[in-house]
Amino acid sequence: MEIKKLATAGTLESSDAFITVEPNENGIELNLESVVINQFGEEIEALVYSVLDELDVKNVNISINDRGAVECVLRARIETAVMRGKE
Amino acid sequence: MRRSILFMPGNNPGMLLNADILGADGIILDLEDAVSPKEKDAARILVRNAIRYLGYKKSEVIVRINSLDTEFWTKDLDEIIPYKPDFIMVPKISTAADILVADEYITKLEEKLGFEKNTVKLMPLVETALGVENAYAIASATERVRAMLLGGEDLTADLRCKRTKEGNEIFYSRSRIVVACRAAGIDCYDTPFTDVNDAEGLIKDAEFAKSLGFTGKSSISPRHVADINAVFSPTQADIDYAIEVMAIIKEAKEKGLGVVALRGKMIDAPIVNRAVQVLEAAKAMGVKIDE
Repeated sequence: MEIKKLATAGTLESSDAFITVEPNENGIELNLESVVINQFGEEIEALVYSVLDELDVKNVNISINDRGAVECVLRARIETAVMRGKE
Repeated sequence: MRRSILFMPGNNPGMLLNADILGADGIILDLEDAVSPKEKDAARILVRNAIRYLGYKKSEVIVRINSLDTEFWTKDLDEIIPYKPDFIMVPKISTAADILVADEYITKLEEKLGFEKNTVKLMPLVETALGVENAYAIASATERVRAMLLGGEDLTADLRCKRTKEGNEIFYSRSRIVVACRAAGIDCYDTPFTDVNDAEGLIKDAEFAKSLGFTGKSSISPRHVADINAVFSPTQADIDYAIEVMAIIKEAKEKGLGVVALRGKMIDAPIVNRAVQVLEAAKAMGVKIDE
């Protein structure tokens, strides 16, 4: 799936995450900020790559500002941003 | 148990995470009024994931989709039906033909997914004058319809009258919905009480709805759930009386008596049926009953 334009999803409220995706030609570049980065940073990174793989996204600049979102919320917000970015 | 159903905004992760620990017998994950048009896609994916990953074991799951006159409702069903919510609530249902449109679409999805027919049930939201007049036709339109909700706010706008706490303006509609649902053999939920800070008013309103025959009541606030559950639960006095009724009926049968009385009142079939319903409700609440 190709990201064709800048798109965002989510909010900065507690338990949510704010995601930005932009077109990129050099693979996946991730910029992660999280209120739980010390405890779960690696798990969140792994989850982001896994969701992008499931959505068949090979090239994207993705920024995530995580406010303590659980897995199903992060998955939903990444998917929403990708869907918005491909249109 | 179907005493309380609680609306939860579909695009709010914090509220969705805790949705089934608030004591409500059913949670309504809302994709309609609680979600702005530009966030419909986000809420649809979030609610789908919440059902898929969070499970919601403590409450029935009801998803309110967008109304049939929008571009959203088929997309809502496409995302949600694969994860088998207990109910789909369809707003603004005014005729049997309306609910059959949703039924037909869900039937096709169930066939495609290999689900048994009617795996996902329907709860039409009746909130127009025409809907109230067609309540029985809607309630009995298809086997998939297993419950109905009365929406008092939109209804009073359609009736062109003011919505009041006393609720005289929706008395006829409430009664009509109860009779229609009972005639069709389905459950019926009353409209929410919208003053979050008026606990006394809520209890009065819920007691009135119960007295009319409603199965339970909807709520827009977690703070209302405990009071609604209490009102729609049988009291200990109800349970004790029901046990006495069943005991005296058993005794009469053993003695071959045709007519029996309890506390000076003849016990006939409707009283026995009521006692059975009370004991079933009590058992569902976890009350241990020695019979």
